[in-house]
Amino acid sequence: MSNKTQPQRSMRSLLTKLFLFPIMMFGFGYLMVPLYDIFCDVTGLNGKTGAISEAKASQMVVNTEREIKIQFTSNINQNGSWEFRPAQSIMTVHPGKPYTTMFYARNKLNEAVTSQSIPSVTPNKAAAHFDKMECFCFTEQKFAALEEREMPVTFVVGTAVPEEVDTITLAYTLFTKE
Amino acid sequence: MATSTTEIEADIHAHDDHHHGPEPGLMRWVKTTNHKDIGYLYLWFAFSMLLIGGAMAMVIRLELLMPGLQYVEPQFFNQMTTMHGLIMVFGAIMPAFVGLANIMIPPMIGGPDMALPRMNNWSFWILPFASIMLISTLFVDGGAPAGGWTMYPPLVLQTGAAFPMLIFAVHLLGISSIMGSINIIATIMNMRAPGMTYMKMPLFVWTWFITAYLLIATMPVLAGAVTMLLTDKYFATSFFSAAGGGDPVMFQHIFWFFGHPEVYILILPAFGIVSQIIPTFARKPLFGYSSMVYATASIAFLSFIVWAHHMFTVGLPVSAELFFMFATMLIAVPTGVKVFNWVSTMWKGSMTFETPMLFSIGFVIMFTIGGFSGLMLALTPVDFQYHDTYFVVAHFHYVLVPGAIFSVMAAAYYWLPKWTGHMYDEKLGKFHFWMSTIFVNVLFFPQHFVGLAGMPRRIPDYAVQFADFNAISSIGAFGFGLSQVLFAYIMIKAVRSGKKATDQVWDGAEGLEWTLSSPPPYHSFSTQPIVK
Ligand code: HEM
Ligand SMILES: [Cu+2]
Repeated sequence: MSNKTQPQRSMRSLLTKLFLFPIMMFGFGYLMVPLYDIFCDVTGLNGKTGAISEAKASQMVVNTEREIKIQFTSNINQNGSWEFRPAQSIMTVHPGKPYTTMFYARNKLNEAVTSQSIPSVTPNKAAAHFDKMECFCFTEQKFAALEEREMPVTFVVGTAVPEEVDTITLAYTLFTKE
Repeated sequence: MATSTTEIEADIHAHDDHHHGPEPGLMRWVKTTNHKDIGYLYLWFAFSMLLIGGAMAMVIRLELLMPGLQYVEPQFFNQMTTMHGLIMVFGAIMPAFVGLANIMIPPMIGGPDMALPRMNNWSFWILPFASIMLISTLFVDGGAPAGGWTMYPPLVLQTGAAFPMLIFAVHLLGISSIMGSINIIATIMNMRAPGMTYMKMPLFVWTWFITAYLLIATMPVLAGAVTMLLTDKYFATSFFSAAGGGDPVMFQHIFWFFGHPEVYILILPAFGIVSQIIPTFARKPLFGYSSMVYATASIAFLSFIVWAHHMFTVGLPVSAELFFMFATMLIAVPTGVKVFNWVSTMWKGSMTFETPMLFSIGFVIMFTIGGFSGLMLALTPVDFQYHDTYFVVAHFHYVLVPGAIFSVMAAAYYWLPKWTGHMYDEKLGKFHFWMSTIFVNVLFFPQHFVGLAGMPRRIPDYAVQFADFNAISSIGAFGFGLSQVLFAYIMIKAVRSGKKATDQVWDGAEGLEWTLSSPPPYHSFSTQPIVK
């Protein structure tokens, strides 16, 4: 080591940096994943909805002055043989008050299948104020062959939802889990 | 990938054991650690990929010659567009630039060789394996990847047995260019001749210096993105699968965080090349040298904050659309600085129009056309109309073909006499330039019109109202393809029987590389020159 000349030593430290940098950037690629999620959570982009406990929801003050129209829609992802629809397509709610509605699903295959539903709320600015106490989307749902059933969603629209929001759409996409 | 200290020592010592000439026979090329040998290997490799990727383009344009499906299956058509894109970007343009860097950077800065000759051998020899892996996907179950060179999920996840091969090929290509870049940075920082300060370096060296940093910053991000694809498909992760809580749009963010700097990786070395050639044939020093350096650096910096201009239609909030629109248009400023500097260099110069100069002037004009269509695409509201149409195809082919590829051809004509000691046939060279220029415009200009009229990209069949422009475009493609056979002929003829070139080659050329003999000695500068 000691017989190394100055330029050789500085070369080695340069190379160490040059090799570490791409390794760091590989990590940065992965870091973009949590960053993306945080960004979406904070901004409500992507229509990601939140979860809220029963206790917290019951502390909300109901604003009976305001009425908001909630629309429910359902989609089925390309692969899978399902019938999937909201039991009720529109309801009118007061901010701060919990409501429960049902989604109907039927497995049209003659074999057991597992599903996972993913929610999305529009407009984006309402997403941060749309919280669920209970939802069939929180976990995977197993269906026996040809089974049909109704699945509940309990939600509350926060009182701080922006003034101009008078309609909120809650959409579920049902995926078949391999 | 971390090099052990012993390898670094070995690399440093490789300079000491001077064996003065190349090893005889084929093993010379397998074992070589010589920067010029490796550079030539890169260039030959790039040229063969240009032919393979070009053949695929011919299949595409043949199918699109007429509306209706006539020659190939739609699935195969999609394989062709995907493979064409991947091969041209990663197999042709990037290796061609790395090859030129290997051959030219040591003589331009007055060094004997690259800083890490053994690693240099590796970075080249990874490439043929990666490309064989990529090309052999054409013969596996389910065929080659067909989801586009951008590899968007969920579509790309439907790829058959080719999928892991695609991912590993991308990994290998990435590792190769990261190693190449590390070598280039180490060379530029450590091997300059006494007196060769940073602000005296030729622009080709400067643009490559900055490109190399872009490469080591972004290739790993691409590697990460494709690794996530791989684990999504085989190891039950859900980075991009909505069912598992992921998001396919996130792939686009990660991909374009790599992808936009990547398009500058494909053009900055070209800027360097024409900045070398234009002063030679205008017989004037480059106008605004330092502004060129700063413009290159600012383009590189800005390239990291514009990625979402590829994603205006995914549903971004208005504030993000505005940010990415203005940031993108900002890049036009340093780019404009460059174009004006090239024009000012030519202004009142005693110009002559040898082939390298013709290709460089063609570059300046046609790259600018591509820059203008880029500006149009940068306008968010109109991009909703242009996105995913042939207008985008026209845009990026103007910057890549008469842009990047013309610059490589200019470089080949400009430096070939130095490399081989033989002149090429000037008449044929000019003929090659005019054929290429005419046909490239016949090929790509009409694509602007069909794009504006609404023809989507990546489709094997189209509505009949697009028929005429597509026929013209296909004729241009066949002509352009044929012209490149002429290019190969001119090059081979020059090497074989070109008349002897002088050491100076071009009377207006300046720079250390012209003080060497033509062809130069095996180790470029064994004693370093002193730069005043
Ligand atoms: C003035 C500079 C430029 C601007 C403002 C610009 C702008 C854009 C925009 C907005 C798009 C997205 C269009 C869409 O998909 O709707 C685009 C696509 C593209 N640009 Fe540029 N660009 C510029 C220069 C370049 C350069 C120098 C290159 C490469 C050498 C390049 C290569 C590409 C490629 C490959 C695509 C398409 C990628 C794909 O979707 O497959 N651009 N450009
Ligand atoms: Cu871009």
